[in-house]
Amino acid sequence: MSEYHDAANVTNPEHAEHHIVTPMTYTIIFATLLTLTAVTVGAAFVDLGIMNPVIALAIASVKGVVVILFFMHVMYQSKLIKMTVGAGFFTFLVLLTMTLSDYISRAWGLW
Amino acid sequence: MDNALVASHAHTHEEEHEHVALPQHCHHFETEQQQREAGTFGMWLFLLTEIMFFGGLFFAYLLYRNWYHDAFVAASNQLSIKLGAINTAVLIGSGYFMALGVWAAEVRKKGLLVLFLVITTVLGFVFLGIKYVEYHEKWEKHHIPGEHFDVSEFVNPQAYGLKETPLAPDMAQKTQVFFSLYFAMTGMHALHMIIGIGLLFWLIWRANRGEFSSGYVAPIENFGLYWHFVDIVWIFLFPLLYLINRHPGS
Amino acid sequence: MSGTTSTIVNLPDQRTATMPKRDYLNNEHGLLSWLFTGDHKRIAILYLISITFFFFLGGIFAGLIRLELLTPQPDLVASDTYNKLFSLHGIIMIFLFLVPSVPATLGNFLIPIMIGAKDLAFPKINLLSWYLFMTGGVLTLTALVTGGVDTGWTFTTPLSTHYLNTNVVTAATGIFIAGFASIFTGLNFIVTIHRMRAPGMTWFRMPLFVWANYAASILMVLGTPVLAISLVLVALERTLGLGVFDPTKGGDPLLFQHLFWFYSHPAVYIMILPGMGVISEVISTFSRKRIFGYTAVAFSSVAIALFGFFVWEHHMFIMGVSNYSALVFSLLTMLVAVPSAIKIFNWAFTLQKGSITFETPMLYAFAFIGLFTIGGMTGVFLGALGMDIHLTETYFIVAHFHYVMVGGMLMAFLGGIHFWWPKMFGRMYPESLSKLSAVTSFIGFNLTFMPQFVLGYLGMPRRYHAYPPEFQVLNVLSTAGATVLGVGFLLPVLYLGWSLKYGAIAGNNPWQATGLEWQIQSPPLTENFTEIPIVTQDAYDYEWLANKTEHEVTTVG
Repeated sequence: MSEYHDAANVTNPEHAEHHIVTPMTYTIIFATLLTLTAVTVGAAFVDLGIMNPVIALAIASVKGVVVILFFMHVMYQSKLIKMTVGAGFFTFLVLLTMTLSDYISRAWGLW
Repeated sequence: MDNALVASHAHTHEEEHEHVALPQHCHHFETEQQQREAGTFGMWLFLLTEIMFFGGLFFAYLLYRNWYHDAFVAASNQLSIKLGAINTAVLIGSGYFMALGVWAAEVRKKGLLVLFLVITTVLGFVFLGIKYVEYHEKWEKHHIPGEHFDVSEFVNPQAYGLKETPLAPDMAQKTQVFFSLYFAMTGMHALHMIIGIGLLFWLIWRANRGEFSSGYVAPIENFGLYWHFVDIVWIFLFPLLYLINRHPGS
Repeated sequence: MSGTTSTIVNLPDQRTATMPKRDYLNNEHGLLSWLFTGDHKRIAILYLISITFFFFLGGIFAGLIRLELLTPQPDLVASDTYNKLFSLHGIIMIFLFLVPSVPATLGNFLIPIMIGAKDLAFPKINLLSWYLFMTGGVLTLTALVTGGVDTGWTFTTPLSTHYLNTNVVTAATGIFIAGFASIFTGLNFIVTIHRMRAPGMTWFRMPLFVWANYAASILMVLGTPVLAISLVLVALERTLGLGVFDPTKGGDPLLFQHLFWFYSHPAVYIMILPGMGVISEVISTFSRKRIFGYTAVAFSSVAIALFGFFVWEHHMFIMGVSNYSALVFSLLTMLVAVPSAIKIFNWAFTLQKGSITFETPMLYAFAFIGLFTIGGMTGVFLGALGMDIHLTETYFIVAHFHYVMVGGMLMAFLGGIHFWWPKMFGRMYPESLSKLSAVTSFIGFNLTFMPQFVLGYLGMPRRYHAYPPEFQVLNVLSTAGATVLGVGFLLPVLYLGWSLKYGAIAGNNPWQATGLEWQIQSPPLTENFTEIPIVTQDAYDYEWLANKTEHEVTTVG
């Protein structure tokens, strides 16, 4: 194939070799997710004050990341896909922080 | 076509189509690889829109949880942690079998693929069934926002045999915000599940005809992405809605 | 034809041009071949017909609004009807015309050709997008004929959820569905631009039109779903009584505003960015010059898209948001002016020492630059916290966004339609008549909206059907201008329709331009290229083209 026919852009950084994830990996991930679910339920019954929601969200985030990386194969995807996923969460964070900038400072009153 | 440049490269034309093997290969893609990667990328972009779609709801939750924390705690404790946890496990299991289905398609095992997809569907139905039980309980207790919403259980929990701290009537009204968000978020999630199950039926039918066991796995793979995304939403919904404060007295 | 293979550009003689025997228009026949087509060019034509319909429908409402405002008294329509008129004008113009205008017509038609692809990545999703758009349009029309909707295009809560008894849910569903049409268009563009470029078509060889649409697509994909969820919550609040935005239940109506404007401010850039892309193409072609500061213009598109997500609260300064956050958003708003100014300056420098000719698209491009600059500068007034309190919700803001949307986007759209008309249908539009219409709409536009700046500054509020008598002179001017503007917009429909059959045959490259789309036959073949082109030049390499033409004259003549 001549160098001209790289229309698929297969030689560029947007490309990654296809990778088949084994059932063994999936099973390990499955077990991890179930364990973390049990942990998060258990943690909710312990009074940790402000740390309760932090821990719950941290565990949920770990679970989410694990699903994204392995079940959804992002671990083995091109940089383009990784950046795309990142862009989604980044925009969500923009929505979150910029809107909160209003709600947090509303009680500060006039200046 | 009088194009100077293409004429000189006409010989490359035959080469480029030599390896085309799949009937599903669309003419406007140069290679199957290009087609497959475009599909994955497109699916991820669609999931970005889903992130932002649920993102709006998650922000509303964050805001009102901080404003009306006591009401959120009391209302959240009305949800059954047992059913919620079981449902989480069911959904993770469903995602697990979906992932196995992708593997089965990649190694071209038709029987296994159909089996895994069927298990995925069944677990999806189990999830929706449990969700129905939960919704039904809310209906009976008048905890569905709107005209018939009843706050008496939050104003006077002792009368109902609950150990909760009673809420002042105006704060008790705010439990309605919790239940609004509860139904909006889990409802949107359930709607995505129902759409997903519909697609699963279609995929099972096609898989059964052997469409995905000869190297063409893109639809299975991309549907898997969607199904896992729905899982992730639930993974966040579960602690946020069910586990706000499960240690009464504090 | 030169024998060199180092170039992709060719300049066939236009006088001997003939219509090609086979092209995408006559490749298949019958209505069904259009309704089930996967061809991006045919879908673009479908979109073009539909949005033209919605544009004139919205235009009729605009005409009725201006007619009512001719006199200070409420005499033509009742106040309720007036509310419905401006609501439907806004909803139709924004969601059913401006958002899909350039991307779904010119973008659909040109992006695959410009990057050397045979089609968009997902032709079926492209067709689905048109059907979703039409479903949204039909639902909006249903809301219209079953009694209208009077929330304004902003669906402000709790007005929309509690106090109005019109077809809010139908209209919201229509917009929700049309929003998905926009998402799918954007998604298709992003994938196509990333994965389908011809060999040699690097990111920095792409035409700026492609860059601009890429930036707008990012906004469509990331912004539209937030609008979708806020409309879903409004609909659920109306139908089921959820309490997310309802203050009586503890909800915050401002939360709706935040979510709505999180989309609707970037939506302004969804509308204007593709228009800016058109202007880059037109200015470069008719100045016979490479775009000045190509990279800056390309990145300014992306920067506008990115900054677009950080400024939405400037629509809410007077609604009770926190002062501190308003300050932050005001400063960020000023930042968006920077990439917009970069574009304007770069276009100006492109013109400098160019061999400028004044074909119709160029006239529209000049109109765009002037009007958009006025619209942009008045936007800086409105972004300033102190000025905003005085000017917001007055006719000043109405004039401001019409300068951006109509003076900017619509001029760019018309310029683009004229510019690529020969490519789309293989025939030229009548030049003198079209110049007349460009000038007419420019004059009509300024006459309509310049007085509104003054009206707003004097304090006339928007969205009222009556006003104090001292404002009448300016309002009469504005209505007169609207009439001229209407003529200016009606003319192109007539002569462009005429040119489909009777226009001069255009040939492949009537503008002697360098873009890939000009190197194929007009109208193009269904598969665009018989061979995938190999790109060796930068976009807009007119200096090189001039040299080449000179060289040809010496060798041939």
